[in-house]
Amino acid sequence: MTAAAAVATSATLPPRNRQQLIERLAGCGFAFPAFALLLLIDIIPLAVLLYLSFTDYQLGALDTHFLGLDNFAKALADPVFRRSITNTFVYVAIVLPLAVGLGLLIAVLLHGRKRTRSFYEVVYFLPVTSTLIAMATVWQFLLHPSLGPINGMLRTVGVHEIAFLSEPAYVLPTLAAIGIWHLVGFNMVLFLAGLSAIPRDLYEAAEIDGCRGGIDRFLTITWPLLGPTTMFVIVTTSITAFKVFDTVAVMTRGGPMGSSEVLLYAIYLEGYQYFHMGYAAALTLVFLVFVLLFSILQTFVLDRRVHY
Amino acid sequence: MATSLPLPGQAHRVRPVTPASALARRMLTLLIVHGVLIAGAMFILLPFVWMVVTSIKSPPEIFAVDFSLWPKHFNGVENYGNALGKVPLLRFALNGVIVCGVILVVQVLVAVPCAYALAKLRFPGRTTMFALVLLGLCIPIQVPALPLYMGLARLGLLNTYFAIMMPFFLSVFAIFLFRQFFRSYPDEIIHAARLDGMSEFEIVWRIVVPSAWPAIAAFSVFSLVAHWNDLYWPLIVISDTHLATPPLGMMFFADAESGSNYGALTAAATVLTAPLVIAFLIARRRFIQGITMTGIK
Amino acid sequence: MAKVELRSVGKSFGDVPVLAGIDLDIADGEFLTLVGASGCGKSTLLRIIAGLEVQSSGSVLIDGAPVDHLRPHERRVAMVFQSYALYPHMRVFGNIALPLVMSRLGLFDRLPLLRALSLRRRRVMPEIAREVHAVAAQLQIDALLERRPSQLSGGQRQRVALGRAMVRQPAAFLMDEPLSNLDAKLRVHMRTELADLHARLGATFIYVTHDQIEAMTMSNRVAMMDNGAILQLGRPGDLYARPASVKVAQFIGTPAINLLPARVSAQHSVELFGAELPIRVPRPVGAALTLGIRPEAITPAPLGAPAAGRHVLVGRLHRSENLGAEYIVHVDLAQPASGVVICKIAADPESLVDGARDLALVFSPAACHVFDAEGHRIADAEVPNVASGVGAVSMSAVHP
Repeated sequence: MTAAAAVATSATLPPRNRQQLIERLAGCGFAFPAFALLLLIDIIPLAVLLYLSFTDYQLGALDTHFLGLDNFAKALADPVFRRSITNTFVYVAIVLPLAVGLGLLIAVLLHGRKRTRSFYEVVYFLPVTSTLIAMATVWQFLLHPSLGPINGMLRTVGVHEIAFLSEPAYVLPTLAAIGIWHLVGFNMVLFLAGLSAIPRDLYEAAEIDGCRGGIDRFLTITWPLLGPTTMFVIVTTSITAFKVFDTVAVMTRGGPMGSSEVLLYAIYLEGYQYFHMGYAAALTLVFLVFVLLFSILQTFVLDRRVHY
Repeated sequence: MATSLPLPGQAHRVRPVTPASALARRMLTLLIVHGVLIAGAMFILLPFVWMVVTSIKSPPEIFAVDFSLWPKHFNGVENYGNALGKVPLLRFALNGVIVCGVILVVQVLVAVPCAYALAKLRFPGRTTMFALVLLGLCIPIQVPALPLYMGLARLGLLNTYFAIMMPFFLSVFAIFLFRQFFRSYPDEIIHAARLDGMSEFEIVWRIVVPSAWPAIAAFSVFSLVAHWNDLYWPLIVISDTHLATPPLGMMFFADAESGSNYGALTAAATVLTAPLVIAFLIARRRFIQGITMTGIK
Repeated sequence: MAKVELRSVGKSFGDVPVLAGIDLDIADGEFLTLVGASGCGKSTLLRIIAGLEVQSSGSVLIDGAPVDHLRPHERRVAMVFQSYALYPHMRVFGNIALPLVMSRLGLFDRLPLLRALSLRRRRVMPEIAREVHAVAAQLQIDALLERRPSQLSGGQRQRVALGRAMVRQPAAFLMDEPLSNLDAKLRVHMRTELADLHARLGATFIYVTHDQIEAMTMSNRVAMMDNGAILQLGRPGDLYARPASVKVAQFIGTPAINLLPARVSAQHSVELFGAELPIRVPRPVGAALTLGIRPEAITPAPLGAPAAGRHVLVGRLHRSENLGAEYIVHVDLAQPASGVVICKIAADPESLVDGARDLALVFSPAACHVFDAEGHRIADAEVPNVASGVGAVSMSAVHP
């Protein structure tokens, strides 16, 4: 039997029934637009990035050279890039524990309230809905060394005024504080949902067994059973913190002297200001690797320990 | 008579609680709890209050060394007029509405059938598709931004509404979320609809979607907030002020006004932040539902 | 092991009264069941004894001393919840050990990292381990100590919950519908186990259930509750044989008791469907009565069969259900609008009916329960001693 005949035979074999065929066609048809967009928006760009990262392409350049892994080597050696990575990690290191911890604290405090709960929920969640750029501008004014009320209060207390945004040592913590301000409400809502999922009779059983105060209850029941929620909050907070850009772009532009230049801002400069596409592509891939590490690694490490 | 006899081996600390001490302890706890909550709330509300207050102050007061909370001279009209006049604030808001609206509509139109197919239909490539969706979840927009920018530049499509909206037409998060929801939809209803002669297309839109309304509404909230407040991508593809979305518009204004007119700046900030905040206050339940849904993975 | 007393315990949630002033004395080592339909307040009462709810009025005493201001764990009671409430993140060992850990180790001995430094912990943990193993062996779950609750079956989880209660050597065991989540067969098995456990431990058990079979089979005494009040308190047999009200009579016994409308006759006897029953009722003539007859007290028989000393009703066979060991027979009474009478018999009722499917229902007046118009038992109703063969039997022989 020739190959052609074999193909012809298989083509005339009908599917088991018409319903299956309809399902298959519908399935493919329904998924196709999404698939096409996936290709266009994620897969092809990823491939292009990969290719670009091995070249020295600049936008509008006439010729391009293949560089192999030179871009990556250059990035590792580049003090600007290394500083941006350090800055970003410092930022995440400050934001992560505080945004998660404070979100948890507020959620635990709110969980028992009945009448005041809605009020506090609304207040704490406001920053999440607000446009960060606009609020960043306000924060800039708030933190102004001479005009801002925060320094004004420091002065009345007798403390020397602090240049929050123009002192290299203070910039990252200040930005981190604003980042925490922005994220606390979001984490609070997630933790509240997690707390509501804990069955009430576990607390009652614990009370009968001798759990006296809030600390006991928290350590014995609340914290262990919040495991999955906590894990989710940690992952999303760390990724969100890692992607910090808006506040830097509006308030400091990487200054003073690059002390607040974070990874995304460095990529932004390289790609869309200096148009070093090849180099920026390499940096973007490094960025992607970090993000993947944050999400996948954390999920795998924590997931087993957290579900019962 | 003792309230209880200590059993052997039990270090028994009987601390009978009198009503008075119980009440005192409760009051103290309440004081501490609300103290912490209020302190936090003040920190949270500080920028909002300051923003609104400054937007109605006059320049001398803004620059005064001794700051006071409430303005003595009401300058609101001038500040807001300034802001609205110098920079097309309303235009920014309009752009925000157009961009977010179209993005949302396309996202839902694309995601719903795909999610339904992944949840309920057997078709070749289903597992691959789902794997791709999961992969897409891990890739933030800043990653494909560069090639997309280059592509759009090549096609001369920069500085268009299309450019702002296009990368967001696909929301893998929506596909994932809806798929979770559709999976729990009873198969029997779908079988019954098929027996009644409904096409798969009709089944999706006329039967399954209406029941998924809470999930769609919650996702809408999530999408609207995210894209109204997005800076990175519009910053890259838009340089024309007429097309700026609210965050970008704010940035343009801040650039133009650097350092001087804080009254107008805060007025602009108020105008641009207000829509979402007001929407949030009205549809609070949906907002929080939307956020909580992201946690139910 | 202690006695538990309730003095006028009442509870309202806001304006809604849930418990009327309850007085109850539970003896040391007694198995007392609180039984009733959903919403009657039995679980609330149990939780008040435990200290999980605070009563609106009245007092709870354990071993003679009021415990109203004591926190739950200070009252030395243990509770088994309907859902077992096992801590899902701890293994079975940890679950059972928790009460002991809580009471013997201070906060610092328990904190996750610091506790490695605790000397007291090092001394106390082996003791705790021994006690946990002892209890686990008693309940035959010692092989399961390293498992997590999610890996256990329903019956195993219940035993772990029991172990957690037992290890505290409490003054009283409080159980809130612990068998409700088990399947029927397991439930029967666990009933026996619980009864054996009670016998072995000799502890005070306060048990809440809506299942009257559990109440009847396991308890020393039963308190039937309805609408926040105790309708009757007594031994299971008493509630069955001498129900204090229609509600109690209806709740206890399967199938439910038959209730027939009656009146006080001119001779102060019970008049049922125009016929007089030899039951003296010292009540006003013409007063409304309810006559209760249990299905097991009625014997279906062919029409015309001799029924010396007993009363006969006539009806038509509506349906019979064959349970194997016996039949449950539904009979439409001849009297219009009298409803259906249910009775039990070992033999096939088809063999008893005549051509028109009529048969006779024979019962003894002594087996009747008489209730007044409010549903309370008429305690002074008496059946004069009728020697067999003597005494007229009236027949309501109205054929349709």
